[in-house]
Amino acid sequence: MTLKKDKLLPWAFLALPLAMYLIWVILPVFQSLLFSLTHRDTIMYGRKFIGLGNFVRLVQDPQFHIALANNLVWLVFFVGIPIPLGLGIAMLFNQEYPGARLYKTLFYVPMTLSFAVIGTIWAWIYHPDFGALNTVLRLLGLEGATRQWLGDKRYMTLALVFVGVWRQVPYVMILYLAGLKNVPEELVEAAMIDGASWGQRFRHVVIPMLAPATVVAVTISVIDSLRAFDIVYVMTNTKARAAEVLASYMYSSAFHYQDYGYGSAIAVVQFAITFAFIVAYVNNTLKNELQR
Amino acid sequence: MKSMSNSRRVAFMTAFYVVGTLLVATWLIPIAIAFFTSLKSMDEIMASPRMWAPPKKWVLTNFAEVWNRVGMARYVLNTIIIATPSVIGTLLVSSLGAFALAFYKFRLNKPVLIVFITGMLIPFQMLLIPVYRFSDSMGLINTFPGVILFHVAFQLGFCTFFLRNFMRQVPFSLIEAPRIDGASDFLIYRKIVLPLSISSMAALGVLEFTWIWNDLLLSLILLQVDRLKPVTLGLANMQGEFISNYNMIAAGSIIAAGAPLVIFLVFQRYFISGLTVGAEKG
Repeated sequence: MTLKKDKLLPWAFLALPLAMYLIWVILPVFQSLLFSLTHRDTIMYGRKFIGLGNFVRLVQDPQFHIALANNLVWLVFFVGIPIPLGLGIAMLFNQEYPGARLYKTLFYVPMTLSFAVIGTIWAWIYHPDFGALNTVLRLLGLEGATRQWLGDKRYMTLALVFVGVWRQVPYVMILYLAGLKNVPEELVEAAMIDGASWGQRFRHVVIPMLAPATVVAVTISVIDSLRAFDIVYVMTNTKARAAEVLASYMYSSAFHYQDYGYGSAIAVVQFAITFAFIVAYVNNTLKNELQR
Repeated sequence: MKSMSNSRRVAFMTAFYVVGTLLVATWLIPIAIAFFTSLKSMDEIMASPRMWAPPKKWVLTNFAEVWNRVGMARYVLNTIIIATPSVIGTLLVSSLGAFALAFYKFRLNKPVLIVFITGMLIPFQMLLIPVYRFSDSMGLINTFPGVILFHVAFQLGFCTFFLRNFMRQVPFSLIEAPRIDGASDFLIYRKIVLPLSISSMAALGVLEFTWIWNDLLLSLILLQVDRLKPVTLGLANMQGEFISNYNMIAAGSIIAAGAPLVIFLVFQRYFISGLTVGAEKG
């Protein structure tokens, strides 16, 4: 069902998009891989091949350990909270009651805001003296639970991750609402007539049918957690080294300290962690989309 | 639901409204805080730490102040100058690639598609140094075209994939008939496929516009002069400068959030169909 008159024709259409993608996306990936094996302190010249030197340095760099550990926290929370919560909320909102659409619309709103806006708002909420969070704790008589949320090394990353999670939950909910369109109501009803308990019905009927949505939600959440930069940048200005993640450490290494080879090596680590999930996402997408 | 007993249905409906209202209210508190704070005077903010309370006296001057004196107007204009051509450019360029991938059978069809999908998921940090270097050598640092070209190129992955999926649904007879009549493939693209794709391109455009509007990192790397900065960076700078004038910062946030929010509320359906690619089909 496809045209095959001229073998060159598809390439005529692909020339411009592929050329642009090559210059700004594909070649840079390979260049970064190459740069990660060099020492360079100017962006244009002065590269020196040092093999795996940058990676050896990473292994010994305590700041890299902090960034990696923080990123792990991001990853665990980004999968651990939004997936079950997003699914639960999607199940709740997947009704045809009057007002259900309004609920869904309002719930999406955080998703549409930029991290610059979100970070700005939350920085104020976390303010130790005037912030809403500590104010609420004081009103509840929990003076002892108030913290310097963005000023204390111990809580910084959790405070930032929480903001990310707040925005990710609506996203995961959208994905599950789309997935729920596939679950026929009769199936759920049949399970009910058979007397299957709600828990069993959920486990054996709904969860398997939502598998494609779960694959997308999990892979996207993992990839997003590794991409976390904007929140860290806006809320700490990348000056709070205790809250650093790989993405922000790469930025400061390369663009504040002009350590371009080292910055590339951090990016490569980020890429390596994400790689398996990218492959999983691409596989899943091809399976679903190519059959149409 | 039909088989549920009446009392159970009522119980479920009650739970839906109670839990639903609580959830939405909790989730939107931060946005309410920003909105109310932007309309308060500094005196009121200092006097009462209850940020979630509506202002006692509504003050609109914060917005005028931020818009004119702090230069939010300039930042918003910069974002519009960057986002508009970026969206149009990415839609046009990706529609070419999507046409090729949707209608031609050639050996590299699937590999090319995989390259486009993979590219959209790569951590941005992998691109920053080489793109900065390339832009520097081309004289594109601190120019709008430099940022626009990068936006167009980076968004090609998602847009090509999205439009290809849509174009696959165009009946093949619509392509074949004019071909037999001797129409060139480019004419078919321009006169038949492009007009048929307008609605899906509009949906994609809505999503792309908010993404590009909300971008921070790309402009951070390529635009280092204050007068060229987009609204996201302007807001981040403002936070450092007006650290204690929180009503102004809140007003700035509301301004920066305005366009994406309005677009989302108006074009909600499009927005969501774009975000859920891959999650719907089993």
